[in-house]
Order: sequence, then C-alpha cells, then structure tokens
Amino acid sequence: MTTVDNGVNVQALLDAREVLRGAPEAAQFTWKASAKWENGVHSTATIKNFFGLGAEQSHKSETTFTADHPEVFAAEDHGITPIEYLLVGLASCLTAGVASVAQNRGIQLRSVESTVEGNHDIRGILGVDSDVRNGFNDVKVTFNIDADASKEEIEALVAQSQKRSAVYDALTNPTSVTVEVA
Amino acid sequence: MANSWRRERWDSLRLLTPNWQSRLPGQDYTGPDPDGYMTMGEVVEFIERFALATRAPVRTRTTVTSVRPDGDGYHVSTDQGELRCRSVVLASGACNLATVPDLSAGVPSAVTQVTPLDYRGPDGLPDGGVLVVGASATGVQLAAELQRSGRAVTLAVGEHVRLPRLYRKRDVLWWMDASGVWDQRYDEVDDLSRARKLPSPQLVGTPERSTLDLNALTGLGVELVGRFAMVRDGVALFSGGLRNVCSLADLKMKRLLATFDEWARTSGREAEVGPPEEFPPTDVPASSRLKLDLRTGEIGSIVWATGYRPDYSWLDVPVLDGKGRLRHEGGVVDAPGLFALGLPMLRRRRSTFINGIEDDARDVIGRLVS
Repeated sequence: MTTVDNGVNVQALLDAREVLRGAPEAAQFTWKASAKWENGVHSTATIKNFFGLGAEQSHKSETTFTADHPEVFAAEDHGITPIEYLLVGLASCLTAGVASVAQNRGIQLRSVESTVEGNHDIRGILGVDSDVRNGFNDVKVTFNIDADASKEEIEALVAQSQKRSAVYDALTNPTSVTVEVA
Repeated sequence: MANSWRRERWDSLRLLTPNWQSRLPGQDYTGPDPDGYMTMGEVVEFIERFALATRAPVRTRTTVTSVRPDGDGYHVSTDQGELRCRSVVLASGACNLATVPDLSAGVPSAVTQVTPLDYRGPDGLPDGGVLVVGASATGVQLAAELQRSGRAVTLAVGEHVRLPRLYRKRDVLWWMDASGVWDQRYDEVDDLSRARKLPSPQLVGTPERSTLDLNALTGLGVELVGRFAMVRDGVALFSGGLRNVCSLADLKMKRLLATFDEWARTSGREAEVGPPEEFPPTDVPASSRLKLDLRTGEIGSIVWATGYRPDYSWLDVPVLDGKGRLRHEGGVVDAPGLFALGLPMLRRRRSTFINGIEDDARDVIGRLVS
C-alpha cells in the first residue's frame, strides 16, 4: 500500500483537536486586516498579524491586497472587486478542506480545480430597487477532482469540506457585524 | 407507570420500531400485526402488562426529588418519603426536557412557541402558518401532521439522518437489527460523543409503512428552509447551507444502505429481501428562503423540534460533565454504586430501544450482584 500524501499534516490537526478540547480559551482566534483608501474606489488592505493560541501571532510576511472596481463601473480597475475577494476566500477554504479531508480519509488527490460563480444583481448596490439585495443572490462552486476515489467518495469529500468550512459558514449564515468610527 | 409515554407525547405518535421489535424479557409481541407500530396507548398497555407479569415492586405515583451520596450508599428523597439504598440505577430517560436554542428569545411575543413536550395536536396551535424547527423524527412527523391539517408549514432543516421506512421490502430497522448495526458497542465506534448525539432518523410509524423524508414533505407542500440561524429585528434568518446538509444526509443514507447490501450478500440473506433499491436525491428547492418575517402574522406559531435532554436537577451527585451530560462508561456511572440505563449508545446502538434494555439490564444486574 502506498502512503497517501496530499501535503496536509492531518496528525497535527487531530492533535490540536485533542488539546483544544480541554483548552477552549486557546482556540479563540482573531483575524485582522487593515485597509487604506487610495483614490476613487481603489483601496489597499494589508494582513500580517493575528491573535490565537493565547498570543499575538504573525504570518511569515505581510500581504497586500488591492481592491478596486472594473472599468464598466467607471473605475480604474487596479484590482479585483471586494465581493470577488469573497469568492477567493470561499474557493480556497473549500479547496483546503477537500485536501485535509482527503488526507484524513486516505484518498490521494492528483488535481483539485474549482470554479466559483456569484450571481449578483447590482441594482441593489446602485439603489435602483430596494427589493434587490446588495450581496450575492446565490453562489455556485463547481469542483473538478482527480483522485484515487469513487465518484461518491469525492462527493463526500466536497460535502464534508463544506461542513467544516469557515468561509462557507460565514457566507451561508448570518454574522453580527459592528462598524464603528474610532 | 409509563408516565412519559402517557403524558409527554403527542396524540398521534406511534413507535418508530415495528411491533415485533418491541420485546421485554419474557414478553414478545404476540398480536396480529407484527409489522405495525404501537400507538402510545398500546405502549402503555405493553409496559403495564410487563409490570404485572414481573411483579416488580414499583412505587407508582412517586416522584424522586433528590438522590445524594450517604455513607456507602445513597439517600433518596421522594414526595412519598425517604429511602436508603446501596445502589441506584438511573433509568429516567434521555428526553425529559426539550432543548430550545437561545435564539428563541428574539422571537416576537405574538408568535406562540411550543415544544414537542407541550404539543398534543394541530388544534392546540393558534391560527396561521407554523415554523417547525428541526428535521429529525419529531420535526418531520409534526411538520407532516400540521401540513395535512391545512396549515402552511415551513420546516427549518439542519443536519439530519435520512432513512427510507422500507428497504428491499424490509423495515429499515429490521436491517439495523439483523445486520448488526444496533449491536455496535460504545467502545467500538470512532467518535462516541458524536454517536451519542446522533439525531433520530427521519422515520414515522404508520399503518401504511410510508417513508417520511424531506421529499415526502415537499410532496405534501411543506416549504424547506435552511437551519434557523438567528432572529434579527423580528425576522427569522435561515442558513443558505440547506443543499449541503441534504447532500450529507443523502450520502450517509447511501453508504448505510450499501453496508446492508454487503451484509445481505456475505451472510447469504439475499433470498429474504427484495432487489436492491435506489432513492432519488433530496429535491432541494433551487433557492430556499433565507428570511421569514415573524411580525406579519404569516407565522402563528413555532414548534421547536430541536432535541431533548435528560433532567438531572434532582441528582445531587457530582457526575455530570461541563455540558451537563452524565459521565459513565457503558452505563457504569462515575460514582460507586451508580448505574444508568436507557441512554443513547449507552452500551450499544440499541440501548435506547425497548428491545435494547434486556442486554443492558443484565449487564448492570451482573455488576450489582458481583
């Protein structure tokens, strides 16, 4: 039997699960981003630090994200639209989930590709019709997975990755959001 | 005697297990309908008959108000006097209290809220539509009954266990019994705490032996929505993850039925059952409602079919964990001379069924006399 290796250290995750079962306070994380207006509808956001395991933590390096709007929105298109960042988050979260669950279930992956489409009626954000919501009407993710597994096992991987996905939960369930002026 | 079956169940309820599986030590079902499901009146009669036959010294109409350690035994206070004993077997059940989520506090006061312990039948609810929260056995049964009574029912669906009533012409619980699923021990399963809180399957006991999954409810006209996540300004918000909980349930059902097929093949039981069957996937609405305004009168009542839990408020022995669950190892409670019976996956998967008590009780008795 060959060893399955999707590059996920499942043992570390399982160990963490055991440790945090008895130490829920260490499981409290705060993710942080800082954003700055550039010009027009163009902004940049940076991410470096977060809090978790009872202490301040840092990524290896700071990452800068540029957000803007496309030219059809009469903008300069320096970067992707903020709502597209949600698609990035969803796709990468589900993909990480697929890899982790596959590793835990002993399934070797060869390729995992997905497309994410968010249907958006922009009459909401433009204030054309107050019955139209601002956000996505619906989001569709389509996975193409090549792995040593049956179709049903692959479907189960994708279902389980949704069940344990932070971004899937954040998008499908309401979250209390507070916005203040400091 | 049989108090909870008599007073804490809705009128139309029947057992989920077929009659032939209702057996107590020395008392099998001998009636004319082994494949039927007992009404609550029949369950009460079945238990009364057992009490009469065994002549167990049951003190009826006695409420235990406290059990506390006392020397090398226990002191039991009841509303009929005090008792001293060496050992206590807790057999008060897993469904004494209805679990209602905290978000219920945000429901506008004009909406009547009931739990399955209060519910008797559709006539007891005020006019208007009904939001049933929870799609396990209780939720699907009450949703169907309310929809059939002419009310518009919305069913909030979280993770659930889908099962057909019959598979390959046999009761699905025949398969659970015969193939050995119900004999799995608590120390054999991967994740015991998950196994112990597994929701009850979407089953109903009816003379027609019909399946009551989400597709059946959709066929009746019940509207499916995602898990009830929050009330914001009087508006109920539901999860957009309905499709995934349905996919998970479909996949798990398929896997379970495949293990039945495998068992039938390898144990030479193919001749006893019908040909393999496939069930269509859950028909999830293209876009389920994410919001329901509870202030408009559209919804007159909410039924919280969100689970049950035991009541240990009278148990003055420190044997509960941080989540209020009894600490026990296969029914041996974490205190000398204290035992439990009749809890989910106590010793085996069958521990909560009437037919599961004999084996568990013999185990406890063995420990009591040793």
